[in-house]
Parts: sequence; C-alpha cells; structure tokens
Amino acid sequence: MYVGKNVPRVDARDKVLGRTKYTDDLCDKSAYIARVLHSTIAHGRVVSVDTSEAEKIPGVVKIFTCFDVKEKHYFPTAGHPWSTDPDHQDVADRLVLTEEVRFYGDDIGAVVAEDEIAAAKALRAIRVEYEEYPFVLDVQEAMRDGAPRIHKNYPHNILKHTGTRRGNYEEAIKEPGLTKVEGWYDTPTVQHCHIENFICYAEMEGGRITVTASTQIPHIIRRIVGQALGIEWGRVRVVKPYIGGGFGNKQDALYEPLCAWLCMQLGGHLVKLDVPREDTFVSNRVRHAIRSHIISWVRPDGTYAARKLEAFSDQGAYASHGHSIAAKGAGAFSQLYPCDNIEVDAYTVFTNKPVAGAMRGYGIPQAMWAVEAHTEDVAARMGMDPVEFRRRNLMPVGYVDAFSRNELYDDTFNQCLDKAMEAIDYKRKYKEYQNQTGDIRRGIGVAVFWYNTAVWPISLETSSCRMVLNQDGSLQVQLGETEIGQGADTAYTQMTADVLGVPLENVHVVSCQDTDVTPFGTGAYASRQTYTAGFSIRQTALLLKERILKYAGGLTRMPVYNLDIVEGVIVRTTDGRRLMTLGELSTEALYSLKDSRHLTAESTSQIKSNAYSFGCTIAEVEVDIPMCKVKLLDIVNAHDAGTLINPALAEAQVHGGMSMGIGYGMSERLIFDEKTGRPLNNNLLDYKLSTFMDHPRLKAVFVENAEPTSAFGTKALGEPPACSVAPAIRNAVYQATGVAVNEAPVNPHNLFRRFQEEGLL
Amino acid sequence: MSRQYKLVSCTINGKQVEKMVDVRASLTDMLRDDYRLTSVKRGCEVGECGACNVIIDGECFNSCIYLAVWAQGKEILTLEGLAGPDGGISDIQQAFIDEAAVQCGFCTPGFIMSAAAILEAKREFTDDEIRKRMSGNLCRCTGYENIFRAVKKTMLQRLGKEKEGIL
Repeated sequence: MYVGKNVPRVDARDKVLGRTKYTDDLCDKSAYIARVLHSTIAHGRVVSVDTSEAEKIPGVVKIFTCFDVKEKHYFPTAGHPWSTDPDHQDVADRLVLTEEVRFYGDDIGAVVAEDEIAAAKALRAIRVEYEEYPFVLDVQEAMRDGAPRIHKNYPHNILKHTGTRRGNYEEAIKEPGLTKVEGWYDTPTVQHCHIENFICYAEMEGGRITVTASTQIPHIIRRIVGQALGIEWGRVRVVKPYIGGGFGNKQDALYEPLCAWLCMQLGGHLVKLDVPREDTFVSNRVRHAIRSHIISWVRPDGTYAARKLEAFSDQGAYASHGHSIAAKGAGAFSQLYPCDNIEVDAYTVFTNKPVAGAMRGYGIPQAMWAVEAHTEDVAARMGMDPVEFRRRNLMPVGYVDAFSRNELYDDTFNQCLDKAMEAIDYKRKYKEYQNQTGDIRRGIGVAVFWYNTAVWPISLETSSCRMVLNQDGSLQVQLGETEIGQGADTAYTQMTADVLGVPLENVHVVSCQDTDVTPFGTGAYASRQTYTAGFSIRQTALLLKERILKYAGGLTRMPVYNLDIVEGVIVRTTDGRRLMTLGELSTEALYSLKDSRHLTAESTSQIKSNAYSFGCTIAEVEVDIPMCKVKLLDIVNAHDAGTLINPALAEAQVHGGMSMGIGYGMSERLIFDEKTGRPLNNNLLDYKLSTFMDHPRLKAVFVENAEPTSAFGTKALGEPPACSVAPAIRNAVYQATGVAVNEAPVNPHNLFRRFQEEGLL
Repeated sequence: MSRQYKLVSCTINGKQVEKMVDVRASLTDMLRDDYRLTSVKRGCEVGECGACNVIIDGECFNSCIYLAVWAQGKEILTLEGLAGPDGGISDIQQAFIDEAAVQCGFCTPGFIMSAAAILEAKREFTDDEIRKRMSGNLCRCTGYENIFRAVKKTMLQRLGKEKEGIL
C-alpha cells in the first residue's frame, strides 16, 4: 500500500535537474512579444492614444488600443464552474482592453513586437490623453453618498450584500449581566507572489486557437477565452504545462483572453504575453482587504449571548471572484463559535484599486484575523484563559451546518490544540510570559480556524478520470485536476496504485492538461483536488480492474470472483497462485489473434458532499518595544486534514502556508499613493515577502481523523495552513505587550502607532 | 541603442563555447535563449528573487542583472551542469528530493545553485549563516524549512558529520 507513505514526488527528479518545462520554456522563439499598456490614472476615460512615435520603433509589429476592440464581448474572469442559471453566473464586466479606466494599471492597450526591448520601448513612447474622474480607495468611503461611481449598475459601489439573521440579536442583548466587547479589524491588500509570473502564448491552427498558459484551471480558461472572443468554446484549446505556483491568482482568467485576441488580430501568428513582476502585483489579482466590525455580548460564565459582524470587502475595480470571498468568511463567523443570536452583514464593494480575486484561504485568513483577534480580546476582558475560553465556545462535536450538511465528527479542535500546545511547550511559556515589564518582552498566542473542502453545495463538484493500460501493464492516468506545485500528481499516483493493485512506478499520471484530450475538470481551487479526484480515481480504477479481471478470467478460465490484482500480478485468491503478470495480460490483450482489447476506463464522479478541515496555530514572539519590532521565535501549526496521503508532502504544504501566514501577519501589504491611486511597492524588494531569514524553524503536526465522506479519508490541506497564522502572531504580541494590534500586518509602522496610542512610547 | 552584437567566448558547464550575443542581453537571456539552458528562470529580472542564479567563476550571481558580454572568458555553471554526464545527480539535488524541498519547482534551480556555492566553501556554517547565505532566493511554496534541511544535511554529509542530525 502506498497511501500514507512518504513516497518522493513523482516530478521531483526532473525539477532538481532543471528539466521540467514551464510555459516560457515551451514557447517557440518565433513568437511575437506582447506587452500590456496600463493606465496611469486611477479612474477616468481614455480620450485618445497617440501611437505614432511608438510605431516608428524598429521591431514593433503592431500597436492595439482600447479603440481597436470593435466587438465588445464582456466576460467574467473568476475561475468558478460556469453556472447554467443566469442568476448565478459571475459578473461579466471585463473587455480585453478598456476605454473606461477603473484603477491605476487598467489594461488600455497592447504592443506587439519582435522582441522584449522593442515592446518595452514602444510602451514608453505611447502618449495617452485621459478625461479624469475622482477616485476612491477606501472601501467604506466608496459606499458613502456622493462617492465616485465605478460601475454604473452598482449604487454605492456595492457589488453584493448578504445578511444572515439567527435568533433575535436585539432581544438577546437585553439579557442582564452581559459584557459588550467591540472591535474593528483590518487586513491589507496582499499578492500571491508565485515565483513564475503569469505567462501565456497563443497560436492558431486550422481555424482554432491554442492557448498555452500558466493556469490552475485549463477547462475554465477554455470557456472564458471563448466568451471573450465571441467564438465557440470548442474552437479554443488550452494547454497547461507545469506551473511555477498559483495560490489562487491563476484561478482566474488573467491575460489568456487578451493574448488570444491579439493572436487573432495578427492572423493567428504565435504571440507570447509574459507579465513583468511589477505588473503582476497590480494588474493580475490581489487578496481582498477586508475590514470587519465585531460586537459580542458575553455572559459572566464566558458564553456568547449574541454576536454581530459587519464585513466590508475591498473588491477593487472589477468583479472577478466577487462576493464569494466575503461570504465564505462571514459563514465562518457564525459557524466557528456557534451562538443562538447572530447578525451578519457582508458587503463587497468596488474601489479604484487592483482587482481582488481568489487567494489561498479564500476569505478565511481575513475572517480568522478578525474573529481570532476578537476572541482574544473577549477572553482578556472576561479575565479568562484564551485557550479555555476557546474550548468552551468552539463548534461542538456533532455540529452540522444546515446549508452544506458538513459535520464535525470528532473532537478535532481539542485534539489539535492539545497537540500544538505540547509541541511548543505552551503552558509553561504562557505562564512565564504573563505580566512582563521592560523594553524586550515575550509572548505566546493561539488562533484556530476551520475550512470547507471543495464548494458543494454552491456548485456540484465533478471529477473525471481516464486510465489507459499500456502494452507492458503500466498505465496512464488523466485528470482535470491540476498539479500546481502542491504534489497532486504524486497523491494521485499513490491512490491509483493502491486501488488497482499495481506497483507505484507503473502508474504515470499525465501532468499536463490539454482541453483537447484531458477529461473535463475544473482545476485547482478550494483545496478540493485530493478530495474530489479521490472519488473519480477510486471509481475509475475499480472499473478498470473489473475489465482487467474479466479479461484475465477469459485467458485463465477462472471465475472472475476468484481473481485479484496484487502488485501488478493476476492472483488466484483461493490459493494465492500467481497466474500471470499484468504486463503479460495486457500484451496479450493488445496483440491477441483471438480477442484484442484496448483496456481502458473513464468515469465521472459527482461529489455531493463536503468536509470541514480544522486546525490551529501557536506562535511565540519577542517584541522590542522601542524598535517596534517583532521577532518570531517559534511557531507550530496543527491540522486535521483527515488521512494523510503523503505525510512528508503534507508537512511541506503546511510549511508553505505558514510562511504565507507569517508574511500576512508581519510584513506584507501593497500600499497606494492617496493622491493618485498609484501602487508604491509593487516589487519584491519593497513589498517585503518573507525571506529565509524571517522564519524560525517551522513545525507542523497532524491529527488524522479519517473523513467518513471521503474516498481516501482525506480532506482540505492546501489552503488551511495559511488561515490562522497571522492572528496567532497578533495574539502573541498582545500577551507580550498588552497592546492589541487590529490592523494587519504587525509591522513596525502599525506597532509604532499603537505603542504611542497605548503610552508605551 | 540599436542592435549590436559581440562575440562572447566562455565555458558553460565545462564546455568551451562561443556565440554572437546582443550586447543588451542579460546572461539569463543568453543562457536561456542562445543555449536553451532553461533551468535558469526569470522571476523578476531585477535581482530580487534568485530564480536565475548561476555560478560564475565559483561565485553565485543573479544572471538577470549580469550582462551576457561580461561572461567573456568566464566559467559558468548552471543547474544542468550539476548532474553527471550519465544523468547521475549530485548530493544536494538528491537531498532536495529526499527532504521534500521541491514543490512547484520554479525557484528550485536558483536555490540549488546558491546551495552549491555554500557547499563549495567546504566549511561548516551556523544555521544563521546558512539562512543569510540563502536569503537572496525567494520561495512561496516551501516556507524554506525543507530547503534548509536539505542544505544543512548535505553540508554535514560532506564534512563527514551526518550523524549530528539536522534538528
């Protein structure tokens, strides 16, 4: 059996040899180079574009402006499954190039040249005349009367508002003896920072267009390119090679539609569009900055009588994933600490800022920042131990969500907390760090999270798989689920080998998705793939096994029910005799003179279930108060992701999420010039991505409660590690200094302001 | 400046080579485009991320901010040059596999080249020194933890101290 073992990644050897081919490595050198002309105002209209000087630059092939887009096919960009119900379709508010400018960095033109230098020179030589409008950068200001209107059909710039009411909040707060705790919590705009920038290239063949792209979602991109060009979706072929990270940014149509459009304008010539790092920060997607306002009414025994949340999610200039992010976070609020009387209002609001889309955690890191900072504040106000207070109020065992039917089957929260506390020696440190004085102080903090696996019942989850037996008994496996660095292909290899009963090295998962040949699947998002692909892998492998054994029965004249496949050998189960190898069988099957067969199986699983994934972070910090600096001394994440398919890769996945959480909690944020809306730190030097030196050793521990709804006992692990890190760091700083920092990140800028306000400086 | 070419002769992965190179090209451009050494990755093109790191005369450089013409007479080692002619891989590459230090793999070549330069020093570095020397490479997948383990393990192995353990 391979599931549960630390099998090396199937792609590791090629990757350490530098042989793995990514999009740019595959593109032919004959490609024209496309670069996007971005707006240099935050809000307005393009009046004219003077390309005359740029066109004179040797090597420039053609320059396109927003006025060249004659057929206006508006398209949505979110990497969601398409809804056949028009009421549930994503908002189609993008054009490949736009005259209406809605943020600093909007796409108003494109240069196509023979090389990068000519393209870059031409961009600089283009003169654009704008009619400028007032702009708005703050989410609550954008909702005010008289604020600049960013899209005409959205009054007060509200893309969507959802409200949840449970019990009666107004009545409940009248209960005598309640303590009111209230706070505002802010998370910043941050970016995914995968090391491979988004890149794609397009070419035409036989009246069809092929787009090779660094994407998480090839089948979705096919649909969106079709929509954006106004052509049949079947005329679009999308190829997804290995990609250099995605983290949600590439769960969106980025420049595939524009690149395809440029290619078509140039008669189908090969065009490559490689996004510079500086543009990646601004003109791809970012994480929604969310401002949350929480009021809790707490009984003297430390239970909640009533709670209220208002969340304001900064969508930026276009709808992309839209309200899904804020809605997911708002759902977490009412489920994590269930309470009988709840009011939740979530608003997703347009601003003149970069477009927010999916990013690892999809609203949960923002929600956990607010909820877990607030939980700490409540425990402190009530004079209760922060861990005991959480244990008292957390989602109890047996909790079932009315909408998703998700259930908490095991005492996971307590198990995760216990394991993390032990790993970091929490109790001793917590006691030691109480009531410190002096300039240098230490603290330790806790935060928990839950995370949904996959998206049922918001949409039906579907996974398709194809298995093809080769002449030698090895097989190819194809899935719509994409490898984006997380190790998906390795997990699928392990699963297939186990169900079919073949050696691991005989299973070849085809890593590249090609919409012409790969079974339909929606791709990498929602931490869904190990869960969803597990169903179709098990089902398809069982189907193939049945066909193999039926054929073996014919060859060996044995009844099928007395046959099995064990380590690639057809075995008679009654006496354990090895009858023939799978290789011998498949050679016979393909070259037989009597009964030739191409042994394959293909099937689709509809997944009408979903699972909660749980965990917590404990962080230990040292705070230098005069320097306003925090040093992270130690950190541990504990997770229950069900049965681990590959513990070593699971641990690695947790490390990466923790790292992203550390950046979110301590250093990362995109900042904008208030006067112009221009981004100020859109490069890796000024943005402050965590480096090797900013981390202590990262610890990951697991609780493995097998998920009963799952084909392999597994559930979400891709996004969860990033969800509770930042608030744990914030809470550690709170224990160290008594200062609550409610605006992430806990960097020197925010600490200086807060330490001054609290009289520490 | 218009197109001008210059002959650049150098040693790449042990082989003496020469080609006419656009004087505006970076070493990354030359290695990727002229020699098809695609382990050299473009992540930022301004010396921030380290994905393009190669070893020049024994020292690790960001090849994206090193002009191709400066390579004249130099000895250049890319990741492709670390494996033996029979495809056998080096200890540091094997350690990256064994310690699960590879995820998307895009930053991996640059990290291995930085690590190779550290290991060539043939001395024991403290944990903090390893971190500092590796800090010119950015990774968003691994949190650096398993890369640290791979580098430290290989360093100790080469010094005959593997029994000391990483943790």
